[in-house]
Amino acid sequence: MTTATDNNKLVVVQLSGGNDYLNTIVPYGDGLYYDFRGAIHIKPEDVLHIDDRTGFRPGMEAIKRLWDEGKVAIIHGIGYPNPNRSHFRSMDIWHTALPEDIGHEGWLGRTTEELDPDGENVLTAVNFGRGLPRALGKRGVPVASVGNLETYGLFTDVGDEGRRKTVLDTFAKMYGTANGGDAVMEFLGQTGTDALKGADILRTAVDKYHSNVEYASNAIGQSMRDAAQVMFADLGTRIYYTQQGSYDTHAGELATHYQLWSELSAAIGDFMDDMDEHNAGDDTTLLLFSEFGRRIKDNGSGTDHGSGGVAFLIGNNVKGGIYSSYPSLKERDHLEGDLHFNNDFRITYTSILEDWLGLDAVPIVNGTFEKFDFFRNGNGTNGNGAH
Amino acid sequence: MTNHDIELMAHLMRRAGFGATRDEIERYAAQGYDATVDMLMDTSQSDGIQIDLIRRYHPDHSGGLGMAGFGAFWLHRMINSQTPLVEKVALFWHGVFATGYAKLAQGKVLMDQIQMFRDHGFGDLRTLLVELSRDPSMIIWLDNNDNHNGAINENYGRELLELFSMGVGNYTEDDVKEASRAFTGWTVGNTEYMKLKADNDSLWPYGRLNLHFEFRDYDHDQGEITFLGHTGTFNGEDIVDIICDQQATARFIARHMYSFFVADEPPVPSWPYTPPRDAEALDIMSEAYFNGGCTIKPMLDTMFRSDFFKSESVWYEKVKSPAELVAGVLRLTGEHRSYSPAIQEDANAMGLMGQTLVNPPSVEGWHWGDEWIDTGNLVERINFASEHFSKDFTAGIADTVDADITARGGSVQPHELVDTCLDHMGAIRITETSRKSLIEHVARDGDVKLNGGGSGRSRIAEMVQLIGATPEFQKG
Repeated sequence: MTTATDNNKLVVVQLSGGNDYLNTIVPYGDGLYYDFRGAIHIKPEDVLHIDDRTGFRPGMEAIKRLWDEGKVAIIHGIGYPNPNRSHFRSMDIWHTALPEDIGHEGWLGRTTEELDPDGENVLTAVNFGRGLPRALGKRGVPVASVGNLETYGLFTDVGDEGRRKTVLDTFAKMYGTANGGDAVMEFLGQTGTDALKGADILRTAVDKYHSNVEYASNAIGQSMRDAAQVMFADLGTRIYYTQQGSYDTHAGELATHYQLWSELSAAIGDFMDDMDEHNAGDDTTLLLFSEFGRRIKDNGSGTDHGSGGVAFLIGNNVKGGIYSSYPSLKERDHLEGDLHFNNDFRITYTSILEDWLGLDAVPIVNGTFEKFDFFRNGNGTNGNGAH
Repeated sequence: MTNHDIELMAHLMRRAGFGATRDEIERYAAQGYDATVDMLMDTSQSDGIQIDLIRRYHPDHSGGLGMAGFGAFWLHRMINSQTPLVEKVALFWHGVFATGYAKLAQGKVLMDQIQMFRDHGFGDLRTLLVELSRDPSMIIWLDNNDNHNGAINENYGRELLELFSMGVGNYTEDDVKEASRAFTGWTVGNTEYMKLKADNDSLWPYGRLNLHFEFRDYDHDQGEITFLGHTGTFNGEDIVDIICDQQATARFIARHMYSFFVADEPPVPSWPYTPPRDAEALDIMSEAYFNGGCTIKPMLDTMFRSDFFKSESVWYEKVKSPAELVAGVLRLTGEHRSYSPAIQEDANAMGLMGQTLVNPPSVEGWHWGDEWIDTGNLVERINFASEHFSKDFTAGIADTVDADITARGGSVQPHELVDTCLDHMGAIRITETSRKSLIEHVARDGDVKLNGGGSGRSRIAEMVQLIGATPEFQKG
């Protein structure tokens, strides 16, 4: 059942550093978990129960609430063939949807191009945070990247409005004609032009925003609030991207992992409340992913790079439930000491692209994949629930 | 002295330093290119930074108590150092051996790591890599304190090979494990005491005491190790020795150096799949590395004097990093010549552009080249240059442009104003299309007449501001 409309929005949260799957959705009913995780485990009594085998880690209370409301899809064992345990390479693979080759185009860059083929709206995709993730990168596709929404704009120091307009005119001319026959100049020209177009529009979002939701002052809380502000300003933004980290918990995992998830879960709970307060909940789906999971066996104080992870889809129109299954912890089922992935992340990408954004996924994810049936039908009535 | 000499010197100073004023460029060009390279390479010179005074009056910055303060202190050195190449080389290694405050929460050890890059960054690679492996911030950053005999943590072993010396494809997964075994027992000594100390001294009036390296014999794997075809009872130093002898290491370091000093290469993950822009240059630098006994200085020296470095085809073929942009602007405007806490704000600006010193996003460091640029970062870069070029009417470039125009009778045509400003901002070359837009901008208000300040002066300032906002100014 498809629910794709021109108004549907996708919010992607990247958990940078390799989120420890086993300590996120905890297989507390499986004794092997405690055997392998002698030091770095969540006690059964601390787990927020999903069923008698698995549960969310402490700190994920807000996400557990959304799960109870049937709005959370848990995608078990997500990954790709021949897993790569380098952060950078693995993140590149998720960003480009190209496990075998080095790609330079991001899957969401392509998505943005499909959503707005003529590049009419420079705000079709907005990144919240510093530095543009490769997922959004595609030459010629404008993507705004906003560190701080409140101070966004060009030549904001030029007080005289008349002078500022003249300066901006010259700026527009220089960036509009920049090419010099070289790719970097052309890229600079395009970026400057887009920045100019987007900046003044984006700044209006802050003033328009009113909400009863109070986000936490931490980075992910602020990023989610900025995303909400842009969304409610009706600027035609369809793709929202932000990241949180670092989940690279080789050491001191228990404390760090708890804090990261507490902040993320609370930010997502607040964001969903904000969506509902502004009647945007039915148009919005969140995707949470990380570049890989971590080793099954802990190293005494943390966990090393692994493969096979977990992703989440969250939204009012998401059919809450379990997708795919928890990979076996039995030693013979391991993949070089890691959980064996059992579904390709491009299945999830394909499902989102086709069933939520209404696009042909094949050219974006570089191939034909099956789909998960993630979304409720257009009327928002219940689908068939868990798989 | 030809215009080409001036422009070549401007190129050298952008790459081997953080740019230079028109006066400095002229002075260096007059003493000659080779003599200037000699000067830059002479690391025995004093950098002229008054560390004693800064330590006394600004312990919050110089004591390395936090990431932000240290960034400010380092920026001050980038702007004012009389041995700018030393700071540039430290920044180079910081990008390669990227270690982040986020995990350490202890600024002093990171400050010492950067000082180690100043001390050993020109020397032999073996010493540098052994020092790096013993560096407490690196040990904690990549968890070597959790790398034990019988229970290896392969984080450091892997990155030492993948990111710090050889690059992927030149070793096996077994080599990673074996290298990690050789570094078991390389750990940090006084953590318990430090923790106690940190709990007690809330204001750290004398800075925090330092972590130090400790080798624990009893936690070191004494078994036989096979690494890159060599077998023996290896310790970490032996692994580093083997690494330093590899062709792959010479080429990996050479490619990094080429990308940092000559022309942008793609980011490291693409290297196994993308041929280098100038393979011959890497051959020349690798040869200098081996001829010099696996040493960095001859590589730099050979590079700066080579045709591939001097060639106009590589001028402006780099996107400035935020550190280069910020330090470069402030060197031009003449701000922060003496130490003031106000420099903090400018150091923070680098962060908004995507580069917080001593806090890289990951062990891979910052992605460079056009990855420095996205709409958000570009807005930050342009606004920073604009604010600094416009705010200081009484010093810096506006002054020298003013003097130049006054000497020519106090009145110039639009194209003369543009060219004079470009020249005084460090012999900057821009495309004809950008130049045309700038001339049109000035022409809207006619010729520029200096009449003792007033509108003429503000038009100079506005032109300097606009040049700082050109697409060309983003490159260096």
